[in-house]
Amino acid sequence: MLEIENLTHIYGGGGPSAHHAIDQLNLSVAEGELLCIVGPSGCGKSTLLRSIAGLITPTGGRIKVDGELVRQTPDNLAVVFQDYSRSLFPWMSVADNVALPLRRKNMDKKRRREAAAEALESVGLSGAGRKYPFQLSGGMQQRVAIARALAYRPTLMLMDEPFGSVDAQTREDLEDLVLKVRGHHKMTIVLITHDIDESVYVGDRVVVLSKAPAHVVADLQVDLPSPRDQINTREHPDFVHLRAEVGRLVRGQPVAH
Amino acid sequence: MNAPVLTRSPLARPRSSRWARRVTGALAFAALVEIAGRAGLAEFLPPASEILQRAAALLFDEGFRAHAGTSVLAWAIGLAVAALVAVPLGVLFGSVPVIDAATRAIVEFLRPIPSVALIPLVALLIGTGLQLRVTLVIYAAVWPILYNTMYGLRGVDPVARESLRSYGFGRLSVLWWVSLPSAAPFIMTGFRLATGVALILTVSTEIVAGRGEGIGVFIYFAGIAVPARMDDILAGVVWVGLFGVVVNALLVAAERRLFRWHHTRVGGGS
Amino acid sequence: MTRLGGALLRWPLLIVLVILWEVATRAAGSAFFPPPSTIVTRMHALWFSGPPGRLFLTDQAVADILPSLGRMAGGLAGGATAGILLGLALGLSSRAYDYLDGVLQFLRAIPPPALVTVFLVVFGFGMRMQLAFIMFSIIWPVLLNTADGARAVEPLYLETGRAFRLSRRERVLRIVLPAALPKVFAGLRLALSLSLIVTVFAELLPGTTNGIGFQLTVAYSMFNLPAMWAGIVLLGVLGYLLNEVFLVVERRVLGWHHARETAGA
Repeated sequence: MLEIENLTHIYGGGGPSAHHAIDQLNLSVAEGELLCIVGPSGCGKSTLLRSIAGLITPTGGRIKVDGELVRQTPDNLAVVFQDYSRSLFPWMSVADNVALPLRRKNMDKKRRREAAAEALESVGLSGAGRKYPFQLSGGMQQRVAIARALAYRPTLMLMDEPFGSVDAQTREDLEDLVLKVRGHHKMTIVLITHDIDESVYVGDRVVVLSKAPAHVVADLQVDLPSPRDQINTREHPDFVHLRAEVGRLVRGQPVAH
Repeated sequence: MNAPVLTRSPLARPRSSRWARRVTGALAFAALVEIAGRAGLAEFLPPASEILQRAAALLFDEGFRAHAGTSVLAWAIGLAVAALVAVPLGVLFGSVPVIDAATRAIVEFLRPIPSVALIPLVALLIGTGLQLRVTLVIYAAVWPILYNTMYGLRGVDPVARESLRSYGFGRLSVLWWVSLPSAAPFIMTGFRLATGVALILTVSTEIVAGRGEGIGVFIYFAGIAVPARMDDILAGVVWVGLFGVVVNALLVAAERRLFRWHHTRVGGGS
Repeated sequence: MTRLGGALLRWPLLIVLVILWEVATRAAGSAFFPPPSTIVTRMHALWFSGPPGRLFLTDQAVADILPSLGRMAGGLAGGATAGILLGLALGLSSRAYDYLDGVLQFLRAIPPPALVTVFLVVFGFGMRMQLAFIMFSIIWPVLLNTADGARAVEPLYLETGRAFRLSRRERVLRIVLPAALPKVFAGLRLALSLSLIVTVFAELLPGTTNGIGFQLTVAYSMFNLPAMWAGIVLLGVLGYLLNEVFLVVERRVLGWHHARETAGA
C-alpha cells in the first residue's frame, strides 16, 4: 500500500541554516493497517507526513502509494491536520467544508450533499451541517475534519497529531471514533502522534522514530484484544508493557529484555 | 506548532533582494513610460526621461518652489491643528461613554459630508487664500485621527486598567500610564491616514480655487495652457507622489520603531 | 453605555442640537448661516417637491442627484472590480508583488486630484473622463488591500486545498478569495468614501453640466447660500446612507469573520 525507501529531507538546501529533518527512512504499510508513528517532538514526523501527502518534495528517496511514485498528492488520499481551526474554512458551513473536496470527484451537487451528510452522521454530527465551524467546540471541529476526509472515501488516510489540540476526554472519544470509523470504511490509516499511550491504544503497529534527522528506531506489532476499550485495554498487561517499551524508545533509553 | 516552515514565505527572503526587485520594477515602469512616450503610443504622454528632467529642473525653479512651499505649509498647519483638536477629543469620547453617546450624533452626521463639497461655501466665507486650504485640511484630517483615537481607547485592556487602579492610581494616572500608551499605535495609524487625506484636500482645494500659490495651482495652469504642458503636470505629480511616499514611509518606520511591542502582540498581521 | 442606550440618546440629542442651531442662526441673522428650516425648505423645493409618480423627485433632482450617483456607482464598480482582480493576481505571485510594490506605493500616494488635468487632456470634458478619473482614484486602496489579503492567507488553508487536490482555479476562488475578503472590504470601505470625494471634486471643475457638485458651483456663482447649504446637507445624507448600505452588505458577506472575532477564536 505504502512504501518508503531511503527517504531523506533537508530544509534550507545545504546552507549553514539547513535543517536535516529525515535521514534514510524506510517503512512499509500494508493494506488496511492502522500504523501509528511516534517520536520526540520536532523529530520530523510532520515532514514525513507531508512528503507522503505530496505537499513537499523530499530531497532524497522514494515514496510509493499503491505502487505509484508520489509526485503530487495521490488520488484517494486524505489528510486530517492537527490544527482544525486553520484547516476548516471559517467562511463555509460545516456541510460545505465536508463537501468541498468532492468537487474533484465528478459528483453533482445533490450527491455531494448526500455524501457530506452521510459522513457527518458517521462521526456523530448529523444535523450540524448548517452550522459554521466557529459555532462548534474544538472536538466537534476535529470531527468535521475527519468527516471531510471520510466523505472523500480515501484508501489512505493520514492524520497529523489529530488529537493534539483537544482536551483529554474529547481525545479519548476521538480515538474511539477513529477505531470505529476504520471498521466501517476499509482503509489504511497512518496516524502521527507524540502521545505514547495513544499510539499503543489505537495502532495495529507502532513505529518509533529517532530525534531529527529522523529514522526508524523500532517497529512494534500491537497484539491487544479487540475491540479496544478505554478502561480495559489500558489496564491490560500487554498494553502496560508495550507503552513502557515505546516510552523508553522515544526517550532513547535502552530497552530491557 | 511542530511543523517547520513549509511554504516559501516572502518575508524569509533577504531584504536586499526585495529592494533590488522594487528598484528593478520602478526602472521597468520608467522604461515603459519612456518607450510609450517615444513611440507616440499616447500622444499626450511625454517620455519618462523628459518628465524626470523637467522634475529635476523644477527644483531650481523659484516659482515652483514657492508653489510647493505654500502647499506643504497649508498641509502641515492643517494636520497639526487637526491632531491638536482630534486627539484630545478622541481621548474624551473614548474614555467617557456619556460624552461619547451625547456627541455621537453630531459626529455621525458630520463625518459623511465629503470634504470637497465644503470648498465653495468656505471660499465664500473666508476667501481663497491659505486659510481656505488649512480649514479644509483640518476638516478632512480630523476624522481619521478622531476615529482611531476613540477606537484605540475603547480597546484598552480592562485588566491592565484595573490592575493599576488597584494600586491606588487615580483616573488620570491610569489614563496617562495605561490608556494613552496602549492607544498610541492607533492614534499614530489615524495620523498616517490623515496625512494622505490632507494631501488630497490641499491639492483639490488649490485646483478648485484655481488662484494664488500651490502645487495644485501649478498643475491646474499647466493643464489649461494651450497646448497643455503635460511635462509640467507630470513633473508636478512626480513630486507630489514622492512627497506622499516619503511621508508614509517615515511614519510606517516610526510606528515600527516606537510600537514594536504592539506589532509582536498582534502577530504583525495587521 | 449599552448600544441601545446610545441609540436612544442619539435621536433626541440630534433634535435638540438642530433646535439649538435653528435658534442660534435666527438670532445671528447672518446671510452665510441660514437656519436649518430654511435649508430643509430649500432642499424640498429644489429636489423633493415633484409628482408622487416619480417618488417626489423634481426635474432638478433628476439632473443633480442621478448623474452624481451614476458616476460614483460606475466608477466604484469599475475600479473595485479591476482592483480586486489585479490585487488577487498580484497577491498570488510574491515575485510580481516584490517587483511592483514600489511602483504601486507611488501611484497610491499621488493625490488623485493632481492627475485630473491629465484625464482632462486625454478624455476631454464629460462622462468618460469623470468615470476614468473616479476609477483611477479608487483602484489603489482596493488593489493593495486585496493583494495584502491574498498574500496573508493561512498556509494551512492552502495546504488543505492541495491535499484534497483542488484545482488551482478552485483554490483561488474558494480559498484565497474568501480568506482575503476581510481585507478586500477594508479597501472597499476606503474606496467608498474616496469615491464620493472625487465625484464631487470632478463635478466642481469647469466643463461639468450636471450633478450635485455642479449645483454647488452654480449656487456659489449666484451667491445663493441656502442652495449651497442644501447641497452640502444632501451630500452628507447620501454619504451616510451609502455607508449604511455598505455596512449591511459587509455584515452579510463577512458574518463568519465578525462572529469568529467576537467568539475569540
